[in-house]
Formats: sequence, C-alpha cells, structure tokens
Amino acid sequence: MAKQRKKHSIGTRIWHWVNALSVVILFMSGLNISNAHRRLYWGDWGFAAEQAWLEVPRFPGWATIPGYYSLASARDWHVLFAWVFALGLLLFMISAVRNGHFKRDLFTRLAEWKPAHIWHDIREHLKLNFEHGAGKFNLLQKIAYSGVIFVLLPLMIFTGMVMSPGMEAAWPWLTEVFGGRQSARSIHFICAWALFAFFVVHLVLVLLSNPARQIWDMITGGRDDEAA
Amino acid sequence: MKRRNFLVALGASLVAGCSKIGDSQWFEALVDTAEGWHRGIHRTLGVGRIAMAPEYERSDISPFFRGNGSRTVDTDAYRAALESGFADWTLSVGGLVDNPLTLTLDDIRTLPQRTQITRHDCVEGWSAIGEWTGPQLSHILEQAGVQEAVRFVIFRCADNLNGADYYESCDLDDAFHPQTIVAHLLNGEPLPERNGAPLRMRIERQLGYKHAKYLTGIELVASLEDVEGGKGGYWEDRAGYQWYAGI
Repeated sequence: MAKQRKKHSIGTRIWHWVNALSVVILFMSGLNISNAHRRLYWGDWGFAAEQAWLEVPRFPGWATIPGYYSLASARDWHVLFAWVFALGLLLFMISAVRNGHFKRDLFTRLAEWKPAHIWHDIREHLKLNFEHGAGKFNLLQKIAYSGVIFVLLPLMIFTGMVMSPGMEAAWPWLTEVFGGRQSARSIHFICAWALFAFFVVHLVLVLLSNPARQIWDMITGGRDDEAA
Repeated sequence: MKRRNFLVALGASLVAGCSKIGDSQWFEALVDTAEGWHRGIHRTLGVGRIAMAPEYERSDISPFFRGNGSRTVDTDAYRAALESGFADWTLSVGGLVDNPLTLTLDDIRTLPQRTQITRHDCVEGWSAIGEWTGPQLSHILEQAGVQEAVRFVIFRCADNLNGADYYESCDLDDAFHPQTIVAHLLNGEPLPERNGAPLRMRIERQLGYKHAKYLTGIELVASLEDVEGGKGGYWEDRAGYQWYAGI
C-alpha cells in the first residue's frame, strides 16, 4: 500500500517555522531601523520633509529589536537574519518545485478564475466556512500564498539588496529596476506592512479554523485527507 | 483577553531574548562573520571588472547637500583656518610608508583630478547626490610608497564628537579604488563647512560614516587593533556600527 502523503511536506514545515521566525525578527529590527530616519521618498535621493511622500510614526521599544533604539544593533540583526530568510526561501522554492507543491497546490487553473467561482469562495470565507472540495487550497488561499511567496518575499530581498551600496556597485542594474535607491526603500517599507497584513489575516484564519489542529499539522505534517 | 496577554508576553520575551542574545559574545562573532561574507560577496559579484558606484548626470544633483554628524569643527584654530581660506591647512601622509608627505591644499589641487557625481547614502536611510572633485587616493598613496605590511588606511579628522576625535579606515581594495578621492570641491565650489571643509574622503561603495570629513591625516597601518578603540572608526568604536559599511 502506498504511504499516506502528509498534508505538509517536511520542506514546507521546516521553512514555515524558520521563515516565521526570521520574518518576525526582520520586521521588528526593521522598525528599529525605520526610527533612524522616518521619512520615505521616491527616486534616487531624498533627505528633507519637502521631498518625502510619507512620514511614518516612531515605533515604540516593545515593537522593535532590540527593545531600545540602536541602529547599529538593529542592523546586525537585520542583515544576519536576511541570510536565514533569503536562503530559506530559496531552499523552500527548490523543494516545492521538486515535490510538486507549487504545481499541485498553488498554481491556479483557468476554471477557478470564473467570476461565479470567485464570488462563491468569497461568500464561503465570509460565512467562515473553510470546507472546500478537492485540492488543498481554494482560490483566495492560492492568491494570498502565491502573492506572499512569489511577490512580497522576493521583493523584500531585492529591494533590501538595492539599499546596500556595496551590492549596488556589483549589480547596478538592480537599482534601476526599482527606480532608484529611495524608491527601493519605500517599496521595502510598503511590502513589509503588506506582509504584516498577511500575517494578521493568516493568524486570524488559523484561529477560526481549529487552531490546535492546524498548528499541530504544521509541526508533524498531518494527514492529507483531502487528496483523491 | 487571555490570548492577547499570551501574545504580548510572547512578543516581550522575544524582545528580551533578542536583547540578551544581542549582548552575547557568540552573537557578536556571528555578526562579524557575516560582515566578512558581505564584503567578500560584494567584491566577488563584481567579477572581471572594477565594481563602481553608479555615477549620475548634473541634472540629478540634489539642490542642497545635507550635512550630518559634525557640521563644523569647534576650535579657534579651525575658525581661523576657515577665515583664511585654509591657506595653511595640511594633509599628512604617514605610518608604514617610504616617503611621508605633507600636502597643502595647493599640492592637492595640482594633482590629477577626478570629478564624479555620486549618491551619498547615510546609514540612517537618507540619500543626497553631489558632484565631488579631488585627486584619487591611489595617486597620493603611490607617491608615499605603501610598504608591504600595510593592510588598512586610517583617515584622521579635525572634528571632535562627544569627546573623541573622529576617524575612519578602509581596506586597500577601497583605498586604491578609482572612485576613492580626497574631495576638495562639492558641485564645483570649495567644500562647505557642514560637508567637511576643506577636505573629505569619498569612499563611494560604503555608507556615509566612512566618508571622513575635515581630513588632516592619512596613516597606513598593518592592523586596526592599536588605533583608538581598535574597531576602525569613530562610530565603530562608540556605537558598534559595522566596520564594513557596504550594506
């Protein structure tokens, strides 16, 4: 008898938790770095209020790493966990291509994009009914997870690299892709908060749908009872 | 309610734990290792060419170039020098060299000049674009004759911040990089006081705190250990900023 496939593969589970930890550390040390200069600009340069498109609030110590203002220490945490984050994502992507996770669970089929189908998914979500037929994820989940894995997380890495002057000297074209260093910095900030929004929705939905079971499955793998 | 308390406690213990780890020796060692990788990787990715910081057009220049850190040197000697147009300002070149030099501003102006329009990135996050002119540091170092044992170049400054003299340093790769210049002009004018008059370093592939202002001396050394606090720069000694500021 063929072995029962797990709901979450070992690669997915390890990455999920490593990524969760590194994203939390990157976000909180990032808020500390943001406190060093709270204005955001578009283009190559900017330093004064008249060039800024946004002035962000000062983030309090309980939300930052370390818990007091230290640009030097926050940058140490940030660039160290950037490695964990980026290499983790790369390894997860390789494993998810190889074990078919992307193709089987995340890629959408044309039929799923019919308006009636999309409305059905939204209505069921609003009714907090998370039972859905064949396939691990419904369309809304596929959009959310794909948006995070293929758009937001890579954007964080590449806009972060643009902000490094040593990296920029090696790969100057990357700065141009984002329209300048200050644009990259702004995009970095926007994507960080988009990830935060995902994090909140993700947590709420887990809490609404049998949280103990969900967390246990993401640790042990669970049983893939929706297959077939 | 209970759940929220749990989340707050979780967040607080994460912050506390991180602060504790942040103070530990092994974390510092890990950060230092990562710093070495960053420098190595940045240099390696530019394979087969000299990795240059981007240069801009005149039309990209910021209308005003922000001054940060020291905006002047608070001594009578500096005020007098400023008054006299720095007629007697000298730049010494010493340490492990064959011919120690003392260069006046006129000497510096008569060396072959390089003009570059580059973006200055402060560690805090802001950027400004300016046109800098001055001799390449490599010319000055070749005149002085760098000895075999030299690994680092120290930049001595006239300004004193919070009781300590400002200084900085870089490796020989950056010292001999074509864009590393001793700038005496900003946007075609003598350096403004806030930007480091009369001389400042431009080390374009690193963040702003490496670009030492109010430059008085260049010193070639084999190790950073015996210089000031031993970490290679004012902010490195004082606040724990990374010595390699390419990130």
